[in-house]
Amino acid sequence: MAEHDITLTVNGTEHELEVESRTLLVHALRDELGYTGANVGCETSTCGACTVHLDGDAVKSCTLLAVQADGASVDTVEGLAEGGDFHPIQTGFQQEHGLQCGYCTPGMMMTATDLLEENPDPSREEIREGLEGNLCRCTGYQNIVNAVENAAETMGSGAVADGGSVEEHADGDAGCASGSSPGAETADSCDVRWPDEGERR
Amino acid sequence: MSIDSLDPDDVDAADILGSAIERREDPSLLTGDAEYTDDIQLPEMLHMTILRSQHGHAEIEDVDTSAAEEMDGVVAVYTHDDVADESVSRDGSLLIPTGWLLDSLRQVDHPVLAKDRVRYQGDAIAVVVAEDRYVAHDATDAIDVSYDRLDASADPEAALDGEAGQLHDDAEGNVAFDWEIGDEERTEEAFDDAAHTVSLDLENQLLIANAMEPRAAVADYHPGSDELDVFMTSQNPHLHRLLMSGVIGHPEHKLRVKAPDVGGGFGCKIHHYADEALVALVTRDLERPVKWTSTRTEGYKTDAPGRGHVTTAELAMDDDANITGLRVDTKANLGAYLSTFAPAVPTYLYGTLLSGQYDIPAIHASVTGAYTNVPPVDAYRGAGRPEASFLVERLASLGAREAGVDPAEFRQKNFVSDDDFPYQTQVAVEYDSGEYGKPMEKALEAVDYDAFRERQEEAREEGRYLGIGFSCYIEACGLAPSELAGQLGAQAGLWESSLVRFHPGGTVTAFCGTSGHGQGHGTTYAQIVANELGIPYEDVEVVEGDTDEIPQGMGTYGSRSAAVGGSALVKSSQKLVEKAREIAAHQLEADPADVEFAGGEFTVSGTDRSLGIAEIAQQSYLAHDMPDDMEPGLEATSFYDPDNFVFPFGTHVAIVEVDPESGEIEFEKYVAVDDVGNQINPKIVEGQIHGGVAQGIGQALYEGAVYDGNAQLLTGSMQDYAVPKSLHIPDMETESTVTPCPHNPLGVKGVGEAGTIAAPQAVVNAVTDALQPFGVDTVEMPMTAERVWSAVNGQATADGGDEGETDANADSDAAAETGGER
Repeated sequence: MAEHDITLTVNGTEHELEVESRTLLVHALRDELGYTGANVGCETSTCGACTVHLDGDAVKSCTLLAVQADGASVDTVEGLAEGGDFHPIQTGFQQEHGLQCGYCTPGMMMTATDLLEENPDPSREEIREGLEGNLCRCTGYQNIVNAVENAAETMGSGAVADGGSVEEHADGDAGCASGSSPGAETADSCDVRWPDEGERR
Repeated sequence: MSIDSLDPDDVDAADILGSAIERREDPSLLTGDAEYTDDIQLPEMLHMTILRSQHGHAEIEDVDTSAAEEMDGVVAVYTHDDVADESVSRDGSLLIPTGWLLDSLRQVDHPVLAKDRVRYQGDAIAVVVAEDRYVAHDATDAIDVSYDRLDASADPEAALDGEAGQLHDDAEGNVAFDWEIGDEERTEEAFDDAAHTVSLDLENQLLIANAMEPRAAVADYHPGSDELDVFMTSQNPHLHRLLMSGVIGHPEHKLRVKAPDVGGGFGCKIHHYADEALVALVTRDLERPVKWTSTRTEGYKTDAPGRGHVTTAELAMDDDANITGLRVDTKANLGAYLSTFAPAVPTYLYGTLLSGQYDIPAIHASVTGAYTNVPPVDAYRGAGRPEASFLVERLASLGAREAGVDPAEFRQKNFVSDDDFPYQTQVAVEYDSGEYGKPMEKALEAVDYDAFRERQEEAREEGRYLGIGFSCYIEACGLAPSELAGQLGAQAGLWESSLVRFHPGGTVTAFCGTSGHGQGHGTTYAQIVANELGIPYEDVEVVEGDTDEIPQGMGTYGSRSAAVGGSALVKSSQKLVEKAREIAAHQLEADPADVEFAGGEFTVSGTDRSLGIAEIAQQSYLAHDMPDDMEPGLEATSFYDPDNFVFPFGTHVAIVEVDPESGEIEFEKYVAVDDVGNQINPKIVEGQIHGGVAQGIGQALYEGAVYDGNAQLLTGSMQDYAVPKSLHIPDMETESTVTPCPHNPLGVKGVGEAGTIAAPQAVVNAVTDALQPFGVDTVEMPMTAERVWSAVNGQATADGGDEGETDANADSDAAAETGGER
């Protein structure tokens, strides 16, 4: 198996590491670099527990090769809080009881922050659409939607961030972007299509 | 409506119990600081993978591991004979035991690695240990197994009919047990005398828990001390320690089981699996740490699924629509072997709840447990209670229709009345307390029931089909007492243990034998202990999930933690206060009987002489001025064994619109009114209800494990098995009533499973109500668009799923016209 020297800038810190061609980004982050915040919940890009930002866009790191992220900037849940202060999305999840076991939560928050960057004032329906690539088995989603609304309100009030800038999506080769622009036609080509009722046995 | 969270700093100490404070667990979970089992990295750690059967049922002719063993990075490969070797197994049985024995149970051997036959797709055959997880998977793929395939079936009826062949020599006809409850003769008389009867054939489909964190274990053996540590995704570390100790032959006192952060359980992390016993065997043999992490697809093949009932149920009524009898015959799928609590789930957790919220004078249920070629079936959220509640509430709706009574009124007139508690059912249990009319009234108000029926009529005239569905569920949780459980076949007690320890500096650590995995015990238990001791909430730390730290425990499942674990914490706290009272009396030179305790202060009655409990704690460790013969220190341990189960209840109502053209279902409203007794933290209660309802809606509309005729799992990944997404679950309205439990010190019942128990029948009843103009009385779960469309159009579905037939729809002209009844 070929080995590759790659560089990943994780939460602002540059790391040089050697990976096999087949090493998944999530394993490079977790096993090689110790960023265990991104969790592995499936191996099919369905559950979104492994969602991180790649050059600013939410991607599922369980179906992205580490070599594809060579030279990129990766943001994980460990980088959300700044200087000990929670990001508004973290505060939102805490205040709205938007988590129970917490396993899906890092991925949920990484998708949600990308969503809010593109749509700072989403409707509940838009939030639900934006989070459809992230599964939660504990909360029934209602408090997660509340959490994202809570964060949108905080961020919209000017407490944090620019709110308005929209970064370009990483190109399609860079993996399965989740959290595509709400309301857009399924821009997320890798996201698993929910089977129509009639297709299910 | 939603409950607002509170900052604990803003809550008066006297109000801490019952306040909706934010969870203290959250910061570590929100920052990535939490440690789940797969996050654990130990020096020199190896990775283990398991080769699993491809087939539902086969003889193993040969297992060739040579190619795997030759691969770079592979440290060892084990098959059945290797682990059975004395140097590896020591005196272990290497058989996974069941923890619940019924009189008629036919037990069968369940080896940790298959010897010469596999009985489900996923049955473990060989183990690979390698330096790297990728290499371990490569090597697993390189093992060559020759199979001789045998007949297989995932269907309990087919297995009992002999279509699956014989699974075990010790279980003739694949019957695991025959069990019955109630009075058969009286029930038969009730049906003979009935004015109306309805019957229902239903399937309560096999579900996969899908905790977001896959199961995992990291084991680390210390040869110098013979101590063996196992960190694992466990809901009950002490129980896992007990079972694993016997399986691998390692003394309990040298075996430590610790659950780090656990990413959800829903039942599937209660049971003892071969996987964790194998990790422990391998680490002991190789003397290096070993990690095993299930993939999701592996989880689909091995996590114990739940439900899996095929049932015929009948309801008898008099001419005034009073229920007079209930008769049930169930074939329960137990899978290929007996899992930990498997025999209890379709018997004592199911048959005993068949009276629902109703005063039913005659009930009889018979249950046949069937060995089939699916993974061992066991408790999944609700465990037996959802199956019971589903059939009772489906029959209530069908019965009301048959008797010509409104479904809400039918339920209300048949409820156990408020004056009849405690209420002895005809199926063994005694309901502790309840006021079943109250949640129903609140729910009817929330949906504006009378107005809804008018709207429904108007909509039908416009060609739109709205439906309302009721679910008046009951749950039994906090399974107890131990003596009774023992009489019924439990191989463990069902008490809970706790230790409350004051530190010399005045803060407290509370240890409890339950083991939370998302429920927020760190918060709610601290609320309980702070309230009992009258000290600041911040001064209480809670520890769970580690057999080395906590004296004993039974774990978290069956919504037992608050009722049983919380009560154990109260008991220890009260013991501790009594000791502190004696020290205070001694130092205040008063009679202990004259020393009052309130708000953390011991005060001599009628005086202003007082001492705070934290100060007493410091004095107890200084031990300079103690009562004669009293030991230093201030801590107390207790074992709390409840007097009875606790019985939460409630009414859930779904309003849906069904499109008969497409078969699609949309929610207009979902209202949940639950009575879980006193609430320690209403925000956490609300969150548990939300999550439970979502799982119940999942069962009603989306989820189900589907196997083909060879017992091959067709829904083997998250791309095939529909765990509901954010778009599929509606916003819910939640409300409560409070009927305290009369027999535990907190007055709490249980909430973890309530939503899952309540929701499926609310949704199915709503859909069938909507489809009354088409004469459709039954649609099997999951109610896919295809099934709904087929029911409306009188067509058989491809999987034959809509086979329900009722007397009610047999009488319906509309059914005959549409062909809805077959």
